[in-house]
Amino acid sequence: MIADFGFGVLVVSFLVTLYSVFAAIYGEVKKSAAMVESARRAMLLTWPLLTLTAGTLIYLLVNNHYEVQFVYEVTSRSMPTYLKVTAWWGGQAGSLLFWSWLMSAFASLVTLRNWDRDREFLPWVIVVACVTMAFFIGMNVFFENPFAQLYQTFDGINPFTFQPADSILFTPQDGRGLNPLLRHPGMVIHPPMLYLGFVSFVIPYAFAMAALITGRTDDRWIRITRRWTLWAWLFLTFGLVLGGRWAYDVLGWGGYWGWDPVEIAAFMPWLTGTAFLHSVMIQEKRGMMKHWNMLLIILTYDLVIFGTFLTRSGVLSSVHAFAQSAIGPLFFGFIGITLITSVALIIYRWAALKSETEMTSMLSREALFLLNNLLFMSILVVCFWGVIYPLISELFTGEKVTVGPPFYERATGPLWAALLFLMGIAPLSAWGHSTVKTLGRALWKPAVGAIAITIAIYIYFTNNIYALIGFFLVALVLLVTIYEYWRGAYARQRSQGENIFVAFWNLTGRNRRRYGGYIIHLSIMLMAIGILGIELFQKETQGTVTAGDSIDIAGYTVTYREVASWDDTPKGVNYTRAVVDVYQNGIYLGELHPRKDFYFDSQQNMTIPGNRSTMKDDLYVLLVDWQPISADGATLKIYVNPLVNWLWMGSLLFMIGIVIAAWPDKDPEHVTVRADRQLKQTSAAD
Amino acid sequence: MKINKFVIGGMLILGAVVFLIWSATASTSEYFLTIDELNAKGSSIVDKNLRISGAVIGDTIQYDAETLTLTFEVAHVSGDNAQLETEGGLAEALHQAVLDPSRSRLKVVYVGPMPDLLRHEAQAIVTGHVDAEGIFHADELLLKCPTKYEEAVPEQAG
Repeated sequence: MIADFGFGVLVVSFLVTLYSVFAAIYGEVKKSAAMVESARRAMLLTWPLLTLTAGTLIYLLVNNHYEVQFVYEVTSRSMPTYLKVTAWWGGQAGSLLFWSWLMSAFASLVTLRNWDRDREFLPWVIVVACVTMAFFIGMNVFFENPFAQLYQTFDGINPFTFQPADSILFTPQDGRGLNPLLRHPGMVIHPPMLYLGFVSFVIPYAFAMAALITGRTDDRWIRITRRWTLWAWLFLTFGLVLGGRWAYDVLGWGGYWGWDPVEIAAFMPWLTGTAFLHSVMIQEKRGMMKHWNMLLIILTYDLVIFGTFLTRSGVLSSVHAFAQSAIGPLFFGFIGITLITSVALIIYRWAALKSETEMTSMLSREALFLLNNLLFMSILVVCFWGVIYPLISELFTGEKVTVGPPFYERATGPLWAALLFLMGIAPLSAWGHSTVKTLGRALWKPAVGAIAITIAIYIYFTNNIYALIGFFLVALVLLVTIYEYWRGAYARQRSQGENIFVAFWNLTGRNRRRYGGYIIHLSIMLMAIGILGIELFQKETQGTVTAGDSIDIAGYTVTYREVASWDDTPKGVNYTRAVVDVYQNGIYLGELHPRKDFYFDSQQNMTIPGNRSTMKDDLYVLLVDWQPISADGATLKIYVNPLVNWLWMGSLLFMIGIVIAAWPDKDPEHVTVRADRQLKQTSAAD
Repeated sequence: MKINKFVIGGMLILGAVVFLIWSATASTSEYFLTIDELNAKGSSIVDKNLRISGAVIGDTIQYDAETLTLTFEVAHVSGDNAQLETEGGLAEALHQAVLDPSRSRLKVVYVGPMPDLLRHEAQAIVTGHVDAEGIFHADELLLKCPTKYEEAVPEQAG
């Protein structure tokens, strides 16, 4: 009954979004403001409707309604309530609904803003948002109904939306439950964060399409959506980092990124999103790259749809995969149609997107931003190639060939290094014109500092050439960014008479985009330190030990003490926990408790490492095996991951940086006078 | 005139990227095969980078905790989706694969911690190479999360 109600509301939502699309188009074509307003109201209606739908589903999830197929698949009696709620996005059908719900929320948020200056955009933003929504809700209604119930017929038990003839409702005693690997806080927020990022990118895309359709191809659409883009990027970054952290904490292979096609699918929109964030600045400052920005946001949108599809349908995992269910071709159809339509619109407005100025200097900031974009696009091409290569090779050679992490590392390594170098010199370049001399003058001091640091690293730590190049570039960017930041604060201190800390604060507050950007770049350097540490210098060892035995690794001594095993029946888990003592140079550092948890309902093991984290490194101990009688010993696998916590600390600073960059300005927005763009040389401090 | 600088620069980057992709693909690509396809290739495939998928046969799983050596056998599972659908879906195909004695099997050896997801009828994707005796030495073991492809409906009671 309740499930039927949920499905009914879902169908109504679908019809409302369709109405909104047609009303908006009709209203715009027939110049009827009333119809456009009706479309806007319809779109506002979708959020309460979808909230009701979602609420129904959550009710079913929390109250053990196992006759509903989705509830059966993703919950079980032993799961705590909060996990049952989050199981909403634990399966295909539910997560599609979650996507639609988020989309309706954001679309509503957008329509609630002040539209006075941009009335002509409204109908088309509604159309794009509602077409996207209609697609996802349609997936739910026609192909992946979260409210389908299990009925027993002569053929067995199967899910149906409508009760078939001669059948009875089948209610299993218990559900299958969420895979224990997913019952981790990181895994609970990771999908919502990713989806928040994905869905937020639809808004800039909608405005871009509105700009193309209405012919208002100046950078108004960019200015309106600037914050949306930043927030989208924040959520997407956070989602990716959380996924990495989860893998590190729970999957027990001592790593955080596996270059799995599913990971890459979520990473690709991040790449184009980052490129987009930079290149829109060129359009705003110099009136260039308008075609390119349009292309980028279209690509981001389609990659978002592609990413959603890949991360949820397990499509690339089998040997000869592509479309495993009916959903596959539909997604591709949708991506294809939107791509073709959007590109057609760019071609239609080609002339209107002409650049206002020319790029004349190869070292100007816009040229370096262009280079930045090319590098990001190159990394994207590498990723995309790696993901589709198996299909291409099969199509053309009949042989199935695939690539793994070594491919991505080899092909993207030099590109990342080039990007690092660019991050070092771009803040020193000027809009319009820069020469080797002006850049060199600004660059030589940080460069010397970076060389000095690298020499010190070489003497005291390592002669690994990749590490040295990496740390040199990181040091360079750090020094340049800090130097630029300090110069700004110092100038302010001298001119305003503020003390240096107040100067820093006010400087950042007055120019949040620039200094937020510097903070983000700084945080990426911290993350790079962490990545270089763990990727190049990870140590591992394993061994079987009896009580009192020790394993030595990288200066640590890990002494095995005991192992104990006990059941937690209400939670449905058996815990086996080992206790090890950690020493370094004879000094006792503490205890670690590596664990193996066994979940009865899914017959699934989970390996939880005992981890000692410092900024210098992680000592990461896994309990691999043990003998039931504790005295006989256990098998431990131990990793030492140098510098890895810089990665996590860096990502926190990253978030802070984005928040600063996105924070609304105190002062009202200034309208750029077009004539400014023809300015000759601007100074290095813009 | 000035435009040429950028075009040349762009082409150089394009060339560099193409080279990077080409060389990385050539040196790191792996054949992705089913067990039947592996056997068909015979000795030509020895010591080449390979990725094989198959269904894990539970009773063959052996783990020596002292040396952290894991050995198990996998049974051939078709890689063709259409074929899998006629067999009743991936879960059913894996089930049939381990039951069918006539299916080709492959012995896999892996050194490392016992993976949590390794169990009877799991889909294993192993990366490594096969030696002259036909034993697969795995560098990497990928096991599919069972909830992704298990039966969407429960077994009937009784």
